[in-house]
Amino acid sequence: MGEYILEMNHITKIFPGVKALDDVSLKVRAGTVHALMGENGAGKSTLMKCLFGIYHEDDGEIILDGKPEKIMTSKQALDLGVSMIHQELHPIRFRPVMENIWLGRFPMKAIAVDKKEMIKKTKKLFQEVDLDIDPEVLAGALSASNLQLVEIAKAVSYNSKVIIMDEPTSSLTENETQHLFKIIRQLQEKGCAIIYISHKMEEILKIADEVTIMRDGQYVGTWDAKDLTTDLIISRMVGRDMTNRFPPKAYTPSDEAVLKVEELSSPLPKSFQNVSFELKKGEILGIGGLVGAQRTELVEAIFGLREIMEGTIFKDGKTFKIKSPRDAIRENIALLTEERRATGIFGILSVLDNTVIASQRKYASAGVLNNRKRIDAAEKSNAELRTKTPNMDELIENLSGGNQQKVLLARWLLTDPDILILDEPTRGIDVGAKYEIYTIMHKLVQAGKSIIMISSEMPELLGMSDRIMVMCEGRVTGFLNAKEADSVQVMNYATKFMQ
Amino acid sequence: MQKTGKIIARKKYSMTFAITGAAVFILGWVLFYFLDPAVFYDLGLYVALVGAAFGLYGLRHLTARQYKGIDVEISASTAKRFLTNNAIMLALLVMVIVIMIMEPRFMKLQVMLDILTQSSTRMIVALGISFTLLIAGTDLSAGRMVGLAAVISTSMLQTADYANRFFPDLPHMAVIIPIILSVLACAVFGLLNGFLVAKYEMHPFIATLAVQVIVYGVNSLYFDMEPNKSQPIGGVRPDFVALGQKKILVIDGVFPGISVLVPIAIFFVILIWFILNKTVFGKNVYAIGGNREAAVVSGVNVFKTIMGIFILASVLYGIAGVLEAARTAGATNNYGNGYELDAIAACVVGGVSLNGGIGKVSGIVSGVLIFTVIQYGLQFIAVSPMWQQVIKGIIIAVAVAIDLSKYRKK
Repeated sequence: MGEYILEMNHITKIFPGVKALDDVSLKVRAGTVHALMGENGAGKSTLMKCLFGIYHEDDGEIILDGKPEKIMTSKQALDLGVSMIHQELHPIRFRPVMENIWLGRFPMKAIAVDKKEMIKKTKKLFQEVDLDIDPEVLAGALSASNLQLVEIAKAVSYNSKVIIMDEPTSSLTENETQHLFKIIRQLQEKGCAIIYISHKMEEILKIADEVTIMRDGQYVGTWDAKDLTTDLIISRMVGRDMTNRFPPKAYTPSDEAVLKVEELSSPLPKSFQNVSFELKKGEILGIGGLVGAQRTELVEAIFGLREIMEGTIFKDGKTFKIKSPRDAIRENIALLTEERRATGIFGILSVLDNTVIASQRKYASAGVLNNRKRIDAAEKSNAELRTKTPNMDELIENLSGGNQQKVLLARWLLTDPDILILDEPTRGIDVGAKYEIYTIMHKLVQAGKSIIMISSEMPELLGMSDRIMVMCEGRVTGFLNAKEADSVQVMNYATKFMQ
Repeated sequence: MQKTGKIIARKKYSMTFAITGAAVFILGWVLFYFLDPAVFYDLGLYVALVGAAFGLYGLRHLTARQYKGIDVEISASTAKRFLTNNAIMLALLVMVIVIMIMEPRFMKLQVMLDILTQSSTRMIVALGISFTLLIAGTDLSAGRMVGLAAVISTSMLQTADYANRFFPDLPHMAVIIPIILSVLACAVFGLLNGFLVAKYEMHPFIATLAVQVIVYGVNSLYFDMEPNKSQPIGGVRPDFVALGQKKILVIDGVFPGISVLVPIAIFFVILIWFILNKTVFGKNVYAIGGNREAAVVSGVNVFKTIMGIFILASVLYGIAGVLEAARTAGATNNYGNGYELDAIAACVVGGVSLNGGIGKVSGIVSGVLIFTVIQYGLQFIAVSPMWQQVIKGIIIAVAVAIDLSKYRKK
């Protein structure tokens, strides 16, 4: 095998409150496909973003082609011969495909963009990668898979030495995946190195030469792909010490079902389909699966944020219609959303306002608020959860992630819910705060409330749930009793339609 | 944060301000009685006013909850922050002093009363428009609604013997009926604004632009009806005109009296402050402006709140229009043209963020006052109207630039 074209040595990256990367190394040889694997949140994307100049590592060095480089911007990364195909595509939908490809480096004729030259270059590029797309068609008119292929062509057009592919096949069909592999082989022959991130084991074992595995922001090891099997990879991805990371359980769920979901389907064919499950009183039901398993979409539909095409939801044995979150809140359902910043906190408002927003009516008569009641409620609720804030008037955006999450929990507890849906409740918060949130969850189920928890962290899913429902590509692939389940079983269900 | 400057206990700090304020206040009154009124006019009163402001600032720091137990730091960085936070106010103060020196008549009490009167109707429009700004929207139809209310109210409130009556055979009716009708007419268009924004998630800029054009068209059609045929409406009944021109608290020889518009505006300032700070509706307005998605998730009725915002705003424009008509004892369909831009500018100078969620009533009040003072002051020293426009534009740009740099530093 060839020389190392890229060495990332001892990379450490710290986000406020979280060590996202801890002494991670990655060495990639020219002319090889190097798979980077790990669970959601293991730090793969963070590592790649450091390489691509989106994040800046706090410690460690990047050596490209024998020269140490400090990569500050994506532009610099591209100039150095590193290109990246992102997991989520952001095409400029109302501009032609070719403008999307050559953006920032349009062929010029004096001060004008040379359209003819651009068409010619795009056609030549598409020929190289065997794509049959009109360069002048609008990007928005392309299918997701064609867009993905265009994105790959774009990466090729930079003549890069290293190409990062983050989940490149997530929207490709079997045939298109074969097409992609053909392109990859061509690139390899040219001496190009490819860093390939994917959850799909079979793909990895087929295309990769070497595999590096990461876990919890740490480096696990690098192996030759031919020495690995699916089971080996999974066990190395998830196998970790799990003692004392969760508070002890001191409750048993009852048999009474508080929530029953029958054959729930989204109008979008790629979203959740025919989902049925039961939530028992005093139970923590975990929902496992990979990114894109449509778990968030499912719970958002139950909370009235997304459309439901078919199916029924029973609460305490009675059916009810949910058209908006207000209906769900009236039924004593609460949802802690996944994206804290986007759909959770009001950054420019105070802790007080953030805490009471969902239960305002309780402190008002005829629409006029009683300030004393609001403050009392907010102080009591935040004290129970031990939120650390200088005072109730502090802006919530000045708190740490863990404390923001506690304020959001306090917000929902004030609505006095029977069912709490927690979507990635500990994402982006540090270990200590995680433990506190787990303790709160236990207290809540002890008090007779029921919890649905989406988690992409395997130990959390196994350690906190009573039962686990696993989803893959919008469908439920299995239920597991958390006590008896192990991560390999969960992973098998989670990748059921991918193997 | 590293504290490098001189640290002063909060209590000492507030007391200094309170006592200095009280001293200046008394000094003001002394000056008022002893200075020659032919030279210094009412300067003493203004000095007393500054003293009162100082004193109140001190008292606020002495009693307010959020300052309790936090000591005051005085250093280069806190001084700089003070200067940026209050740049517009300080600039205004300097300008007022300069104008007073150039034209001592500016020290007359009457000047301040005129400024307050002129601010009144603008204040009501600005309060209305601030709701739409708080949800990161805007309302371009405000000015045209002022015109609509002005025309409708005056058209039904002309004296019986006026030659060109809008409705020649209209019987005499209570003043309140046409007022309610004109405010309702505005509310209908406010409802339309709200519906377009809330139901179709149209950007308020476009929705209210469309409604602005519609309102002007409708108003012009009404204004052009037989027998009026687009003649300016005159002969307005004195009992209606009193609403905009009456002076209260007149004491002969001592106090010239305050226009009744001032207490009306103060009433609406208090009302809007109450709505924004003490009601569920007000909190929902801030929530939607702060993070609309999070507001939906938190169960805020976004549809109802947005409808409420635009209807409430249009009612305020209607009231401003009625008062404007009463103040000028007449109306045409061009009344109120461009008021929305002045109101938006005043709000923005007063610290209302166009990104939504940030803005206080106190800021809006000072924003409106600043604009009126500048306009009045520049007229007073005979700056040409063209230069006035240039200066106004510069103030908007500078004020917003300073405001944004405050937030960016975080």
